[in-house]
Amino acid sequence: MTPLHLLASSLPDALRKLDPRTMVRHPVMFVVETGAVLSTVLAVTVPSTFAWSVVAWLWLTVVFANLAEAVAEGRGKAQAATLRRAKTETVARRLREDGSEEQVGAPDLLVGDHVVVEAGQIIPGDGDVVEGIASVDESAITGESAPVIRESGGDRSSVTGGTRVLSDRIVVRITAKPGEGFIDRMIALVEGASRQKTPNEIALDILLASLTVIFLAATVTLQPFAIYSGAEQSLIVLVALLVCLIPTTIGALLSAIGIAGMDRLVQHNVLAMSGRAVEAAGDVDTLLLDKTGTITLGNRQASEFHPVDGVDPRAVASAAQLSSLADETPEGRSIVVLAKRDHGLRERRPGELTHAHFVEFTAQTRMSGVDLDGGRRIRKGAAAAVMKWVRENGGHPTEEVGAIVDAISTAGGTPLVVAEHLDGGPARALGVIGLKDIVKEGMRERFDEMRRMGIRTVMITGDNPLTARAIAEEAGVDDFLAEATPEDKMALIKREQEGGRLVAMTGDGTNDAPALAQADVGVAMNSGTSAAKEAGNMVDLDSNPTKLIEIVGIGKQLLITRGSLTTFSIANDVAKYFAIIPAMFSGVFVGLDTLNVMRLATPQSAILSAVVFNALVIVALIPLALRGVRYRPSSAAAMLRRNLTVYGLGGVVAPFVGIKLLDLLVSRIPGIG
Amino acid sequence: MSDATAALLQVVTLLVALALAYRPLGDYMARVYVDEHHTRIERGLYRVMGVDPDADQRWAVYARSLLAFSFVSVLGLYTLQRLQPRLPLSLGFPGVAPDQAFNTAASFVTNTNWQSYSGESTMGHLTQMSGLAVQNFVSAAVGIAVAVALVRGFRRARTDRVGNFWVDLVRGTLRILLPIAVLATLVLVALGAVQNLSAGIEVTTLTGQSQTITGGPVASQEVIKELGTNGGGFYNVNAAHPFENPTPVSNLVEVFLLLLIPVALTRTFGVLVGDTRQGYAVLAAMGVIWAVLLVGVTALEASHPGTAFGLAGASMEGKETRFGEAASSLFAVSTTGTSAGAVNSFHSSFTAVSGGLLLLNMGLGEVAPGGVGSGLYGMLVLAILAVFVAGLMVGRTPEYLRKKIRAREMKLVALYILTMPVVVLAGTGVSMALPGPRESILNPGPHGLSEVLYAFMSAGNNNGSAFAGLSVDSAWYNTVLGLTMLFVRFVPIVLVLALAGSLAGQQHVPATAGTLPTHRPLFVGMLTGVVVVVAGLTFFPVLALGPLAEGLS
Repeated sequence: MTPLHLLASSLPDALRKLDPRTMVRHPVMFVVETGAVLSTVLAVTVPSTFAWSVVAWLWLTVVFANLAEAVAEGRGKAQAATLRRAKTETVARRLREDGSEEQVGAPDLLVGDHVVVEAGQIIPGDGDVVEGIASVDESAITGESAPVIRESGGDRSSVTGGTRVLSDRIVVRITAKPGEGFIDRMIALVEGASRQKTPNEIALDILLASLTVIFLAATVTLQPFAIYSGAEQSLIVLVALLVCLIPTTIGALLSAIGIAGMDRLVQHNVLAMSGRAVEAAGDVDTLLLDKTGTITLGNRQASEFHPVDGVDPRAVASAAQLSSLADETPEGRSIVVLAKRDHGLRERRPGELTHAHFVEFTAQTRMSGVDLDGGRRIRKGAAAAVMKWVRENGGHPTEEVGAIVDAISTAGGTPLVVAEHLDGGPARALGVIGLKDIVKEGMRERFDEMRRMGIRTVMITGDNPLTARAIAEEAGVDDFLAEATPEDKMALIKREQEGGRLVAMTGDGTNDAPALAQADVGVAMNSGTSAAKEAGNMVDLDSNPTKLIEIVGIGKQLLITRGSLTTFSIANDVAKYFAIIPAMFSGVFVGLDTLNVMRLATPQSAILSAVVFNALVIVALIPLALRGVRYRPSSAAAMLRRNLTVYGLGGVVAPFVGIKLLDLLVSRIPGIG
Repeated sequence: MSDATAALLQVVTLLVALALAYRPLGDYMARVYVDEHHTRIERGLYRVMGVDPDADQRWAVYARSLLAFSFVSVLGLYTLQRLQPRLPLSLGFPGVAPDQAFNTAASFVTNTNWQSYSGESTMGHLTQMSGLAVQNFVSAAVGIAVAVALVRGFRRARTDRVGNFWVDLVRGTLRILLPIAVLATLVLVALGAVQNLSAGIEVTTLTGQSQTITGGPVASQEVIKELGTNGGGFYNVNAAHPFENPTPVSNLVEVFLLLLIPVALTRTFGVLVGDTRQGYAVLAAMGVIWAVLLVGVTALEASHPGTAFGLAGASMEGKETRFGEAASSLFAVSTTGTSAGAVNSFHSSFTAVSGGLLLLNMGLGEVAPGGVGSGLYGMLVLAILAVFVAGLMVGRTPEYLRKKIRAREMKLVALYILTMPVVVLAGTGVSMALPGPRESILNPGPHGLSEVLYAFMSAGNNNGSAFAGLSVDSAWYNTVLGLTMLFVRFVPIVLVLALAGSLAGQQHVPATAGTLPTHRPLFVGMLTGVVVVVAGLTFFPVLALGPLAEGLS
């Protein structure tokens, strides 16, 4: 939809919002509407081009404000419509106690019911898989077309009502009442129906209301002064002055900024359960990040081959590669890749090797390998297991292997020993493959960024402290929690909060739930359990833990946009005074015309230009309110300097230019110029 | 020595003296309010009052104690004035009329010291000493107490206690105001100010007429009048009177006394919150406003065009030739910036635009550097407002001095900044709309509006200085201004104490790189901007019709 279309389609909503009962929620705009009504009455009584022009623009001011809100809501409504389609009525197959099935309507399901869902059917309600495994199409909520696996037990057990099972059969225990499920909450959220003012929004509202009262007092008391001075003003002019002075710009855009902030999260496929959580995200002091999947790639990868003394490094690589050809685990694949990268060894297909016999990894042997034609046997695996194999086959491993293995462990890596046994000879260790966690690209830069913003990053891992330290240093996080249990995590959060810090974390497992609930910002992965999703105050539909960093940015951007537009709005008043006050009084006090620094044509055109500017600036800033003020992570001081210059200084200067330009146009209207 | 050199010299002397006193006095005051021990005299006082000095109060109890004390003070002062003829040392003056007695009682208890009476011909020595002078001390001590309670709100965490009002009151009076006042009285007496209990001397003038030269405890009154930023003069013409302020040197001493405590309190604040840089930042914002206004007023006074001024060499009407323009401007800017209200010249006679600047200086809410205590808490409230807007612009829930500024705090701040402008504008507006009060205006046209505005601005900021011109001893002005003074003193005080309670209940949040630094020049600039913009936008229309209309014509 083009911006113009969006404006046009939001217009009916904007007009509907003129209802005073709705307007009263926005005190500043309510005053403008009251002023507009009053001026309309006055213009009817004493009509003039000037009066009607002012009246028209006062009404437009109110409509523009409503338009901003309507446009912001409109974007959510489109999303909600898509979601509603997923909420088609389904019939659930409820399991009776005795194991037989009965058909009930999805709305009649109760929490705790067990339902059967088979391939092609829609899951009737939110719940956890208690039996079976299935691939599920969740595109209705995530927009991601690739199916996901949902299985009983573990951290991938939650399913969402309205999504479709593509294969197999599962039994789901219903965990949410119909009508209060995930999709229902999501619809309410994106539509803004459940939107409540956030704490910070309330604080700002109070400030704006008090400024409005002050300006109301200044305007109302101006009349007796004006009468005393022999320059009685018409009420329309006073209303115009009032509307120009009260912070209409921010008052008009405030709720649009809030809705747009939530919407920006939705664009990132994150659902915030409350606006409060989004605000808290901007305030986060400590980020708890799980190591695996967030800081490092999901699996360890081969990083180096360490040959035992006297063995050709290439031979080690070759042996390692051969033993891993049939190993489809990510670790095994990474060995093949490393052999190609570091030693130019072409990847050989298992089929190329005739008579080769591959030995699968088992938990008992803790080794895998290959038996080649001609009696050559290669094994690779955990150090202890491979050494045992070497000894069993007549070899005598040297001290050196142990030393290499220890060194790799100390550095936080995982050693895999490669050994070979040629027919007739004793077995011998060839070398050691070092596996290590690979820190995702660009993480160090992001953590540096965080540090500049004053956010401390803590890595959570089940690794031992040595390993954890090595990875923490490589990734550049500020701190780490090693051998972390859910209790440790909880204790860490509480400790941080004791010190007044706000904590954000991600989690997916049921054992994460208490910590997610305790954290100020708890982002649950959509792939996680419903307990986790219930406990957190945000859900990431993409299940990407790194997104926490973006969420913090969005929270900050929301606050910055509010602050900047408030500054802009108040700074605007300076120019408006210089337009309106001389226009009101230079007739009586000629000297006051010196204040007419913009040299506006006539008093009427000066006042009208200020009112028009005041209205147009709302429309002009709608895109900014929706998009948010540009935000780049930097220190507080740098950010303040920039925003104060752009919106403070800019806010003083812009209306001088704008009102002057409008005056050039407005003064051509007959009866005004 | 040229006029400009002299002007510069006295400003430099003043600043050096303030700089020398800043740290010792600020640190001393900080110690006074955290001291665990009580002196023997204090213990005696607490026993008489029935107060447990070691029991801290919740903010509401603190506020209740303060209001009760002030109510009793108003009542006592009112009674003292009404019963004057029946009490000793009345000098034969009759009882003060009810409306004026109310106005005066409200005025002195609120640290305003607006005087609708002429001191030397209305008040006997007993009223002056046991009534007005006592209030000069305790009303000042109340101001400091409130500021200290607010600072405790920042300093403390997770408590509902903000201090003990009675202890703060007694310590402020006995340990801070009294010793400095005694010392400074000796200095003023040495410089020629009058100090006796004389009922006046009858003399025959050169022209053969008879004149009464009144005496009295002038110097001691004068000192606490400045030190406590009270402003109520012994004589009607206040510090322009040679007995109150005999020489340019005593003039400088008096300006020093005006600024001393409000300035040093920023140090106390810095020490108590554990970061003296915060104190410097607040002081810098106060200082910038004071300096800019001083330069503005002095320049306007010196360069005023006009035949009469040209002949006189300066705009000397209403100014003492002992002091001249520069010292008068210095005094005027300092007195309107400290809520003192003492004057050594007629502000009405200042050029129109500098009169407007003096009005604006009060309209800023008395924060440059403000009254004793009230200047600090006024500036801190505005700092919270500045932090709120600036804090949003750095993407965090605003924090000041490691406390979050949430909706509750903003509600109190919003009500605080709202109170004064609404009262001042409403009072002026109604007075201009009613025919009766309009008749008190001396000069017609814009200057008349300035007269009324000045009266409400002065009373509405507990300043107490008079513009001169307007006859304020009428039932309307006595009553309305009296109510105004009570309202704008005690409503904000209750709000500030509530704010202190709310802040004290919070825990401290850690300062990180993401926290807005509030000790840097950028924030000082922002704070100054907020102070000026809030007041400027509020009062611009009425200033345009008053001083600007007059000055630009």
